[in-house]
Amino acid sequence: MTKRYGNVTVLRDVSFGLRGGEIHALLGANGAGKSTLCKMIAGLTEVTAGSMRIEGEVYAPHHKQAAESAGVQIIQQELNLIATLTVAENLLLNRLPSFAGIVSSRALHRQARAALDRLQLDDVDTHAVVSELGVGHRQMVEIAAALARECKILILDEPTAALSGSETQLLFDQLRQLRDRGVGMIYISHRLDEVKRIADRVTVLRDGRHVGTETAESMSTDQMVQRMSGGLADERPGGEIRHHARAPEVSADESDHRKDSTVLAVEGLCCGMVRDVSFQVRTGETFGIAGLVGSGRTELLRAIFGADRAESGRVCIAGKPPTRFAHPSQAVAAGLAMVTEDRKQNGLLLQQSIRCNTSLSAMFKRFSRFGLITPMREATVAREMCRAMETRCTGIEQSVGTLSGGNQQKVAIAKWLTRDADVFLFDEPTRGIDIGARRRIYELFDELASAGKGIVIVSSDLDELMETCDRIAVMSAGRLVETRERSLWSEDAILQASFAGHRTKNFRV
Amino acid sequence: MKQKLTQSFLQYAGLLGVLLLLIAVFSLSSKNFFQTQTLVTIANSNPDLIFVSVGMTLVLIVAGIDLSVGSLLALGSAVIGVLMVRHEWSLPAAFLVCLLVTGLCGLFNGFVSVWFSIPSFIVSLGMLEMARGGTKVITDSQTMYIGSRVEAFGEPLQWVPLSPAFLVAVMAVIAGQFLLTKTVFGRYCVAIGTNEEAVRMSGIRTAPITIAAFMILGLLCGLASLSQTSRLSSADPNAAIGLELSAIAACVIGGTSLMGGRGSVVASFIGVLIIAVLQSGLAQLGVEDAIKQLITGAVIITAVLLDALRVRWGKKSG
Repeated sequence: MTKRYGNVTVLRDVSFGLRGGEIHALLGANGAGKSTLCKMIAGLTEVTAGSMRIEGEVYAPHHKQAAESAGVQIIQQELNLIATLTVAENLLLNRLPSFAGIVSSRALHRQARAALDRLQLDDVDTHAVVSELGVGHRQMVEIAAALARECKILILDEPTAALSGSETQLLFDQLRQLRDRGVGMIYISHRLDEVKRIADRVTVLRDGRHVGTETAESMSTDQMVQRMSGGLADERPGGEIRHHARAPEVSADESDHRKDSTVLAVEGLCCGMVRDVSFQVRTGETFGIAGLVGSGRTELLRAIFGADRAESGRVCIAGKPPTRFAHPSQAVAAGLAMVTEDRKQNGLLLQQSIRCNTSLSAMFKRFSRFGLITPMREATVAREMCRAMETRCTGIEQSVGTLSGGNQQKVAIAKWLTRDADVFLFDEPTRGIDIGARRRIYELFDELASAGKGIVIVSSDLDELMETCDRIAVMSAGRLVETRERSLWSEDAILQASFAGHRTKNFRV
Repeated sequence: MKQKLTQSFLQYAGLLGVLLLLIAVFSLSSKNFFQTQTLVTIANSNPDLIFVSVGMTLVLIVAGIDLSVGSLLALGSAVIGVLMVRHEWSLPAAFLVCLLVTGLCGLFNGFVSVWFSIPSFIVSLGMLEMARGGTKVITDSQTMYIGSRVEAFGEPLQWVPLSPAFLVAVMAVIAGQFLLTKTVFGRYCVAIGTNEEAVRMSGIRTAPITIAAFMILGLLCGLASLSQTSRLSSADPNAAIGLELSAIAACVIGGTSLMGGRGSVVASFIGVLIIAVLQSGLAQLGVEDAIKQLITGAVIITAVLLDALRVRWGKKSG
């Protein structure tokens, strides 16, 4: 079996072959193109150029059903079960045993039972509603659903993320059985020790390129990480656009605004998957947090900001008593600002004007008197912000939803500049935005730092962190594993650290 | 400033056009329609719907809904009736208790739906039944005749043929529009209806704002109670059944979004007038009740369709 692709933006000319009866691990750092490759194979995204063949026949699925009928199944990271239906109904959703439109309950549960028994899921009742199951069981049911359908190719994207050790073992037993039956499997995981255990061959992707394919036995986990990061002497594609005016004045600048007083201190914060995180940010310092997608970075920022309630730990902002914020309003009052990762979901009022969005957070503090809005001042500040952020728009009354991604992000940031804060938390501040907006946002980091603000940046873009941050911490499996000055990090080292939590077994709670 | 005035006029031009068109059509087809007396009657018989629609607009804007307004009106009316007839209270004292009761019911609707994340549709549906039941309990399901002591609020004034109730209702419209567009509270309401999570992540407590919107609607129901009671000279435990649907219809005709984040109190007011003119015009033409209902329904759907098309065109050209 051979599959070939050509110039797709996130995937450049990748060739990938999967044999029947093998487990083929796909490795790569964030954004290396693993998920894109799998989505193309599973018919979830269109192939821009290149072709695929299954057993010599041309294979070009336009949607998931076409892929399934060709024998390709995918188990994705997000759970795809319908929470309100029973386990049995989910397992057989697209082929419910029925006569004249009436579902035969007995056949349904018999077939579902058989599918579950294959994974030795004796403790799962086929009558149980999915929402009553734990995450681990749901994941297993989903895998059972995929296994229950006849397939030649099975794609598993981080299948063990929510599984316990014994469940993982069961899954692996199942996968080995499938392998013996001649099914080809693509296995994506950040847990390198698992890859060593289960995979026959390993393909590494980096920046959308194919780095190499080797047998799993011939590669140590260290070598895997090295391949993913491309070693120390790596030329960064597209790196030149990111070098901005920082380089020459760095030393002068830093001595200037680093007054060595702590503006944000986080101590032993625990919240969901975030485990015992402590760090400090000084005034005028830019603190970066790197890590794999799903390592708990967004959760950490949300916990600091009070968007989710932390279980334990303390957050201290300069000059205020240490607390744990129970609501973002407390965090904002204490001097925190947070630019969220998903600006459409929880950052902006898309249907409202730039003016409304800019003033929202500071409405009460700056734009009102006795509860009445002061419209003149509001409009003036909104216009000033548009000018300062170089937001491209027809005017402050333009609705934010009609702006480009970069300009939307500028408005989302302007909201906090209008409010003003001591510490700014940025979650993926430049994801999906154009170069111009990106450059403006980098300049802004410098401006904020010069003004003595503390800045925390979470980013999956290592170049960005290396470019903008004074210190970088790496998060892995919910913990901050290492913090160093920027000059002491290499991309390779950051990636090594990102996998730290996954390489030692039993690290996860 | 001039630009602003034209803008706000354009915003209501479509609605006013529909209203004037209706008046024109009825005036041509029935020679008795275009008379001061008819228009004054229309105005004086609808302040309760106006009060409720003002509050309903706020609640719809925060992406809530309140189905209990008709029952709240009846409950408030019953409170006035019981206190004035059985306990010989004065009207102002009875009215204050009525406001207290309907305000608390609105507060309850808002609090339960926000605090326990229960859709306000469900909470207010429960309140619809509870308040109606309560009304029947305290009145023994009997209409209570109060008499001339309450009539002043609903009767035409000497110097202008409009009732105080209607004038107060118009003042409520102006106050509501002011609240919505000129105050921080109003801005927060619109923002919450647009994207509550974004508002929360902007460091604003959304719960008190949403609850306050429900409470304001409750208080306005109390005013509607007074208006209704004075017009009927009595407290009718079966009053205002289905009022919630008329109020929602008026808001929707006015362009308020049921998804929240968009609406105008003035537009809802014009929506009330459109419904009222339609009802009374059709009645004058001698149209049967069944046909009246049919036409009213069709007008509601047409209005919403036109609004949806307007939004779609606006998107394309914008």
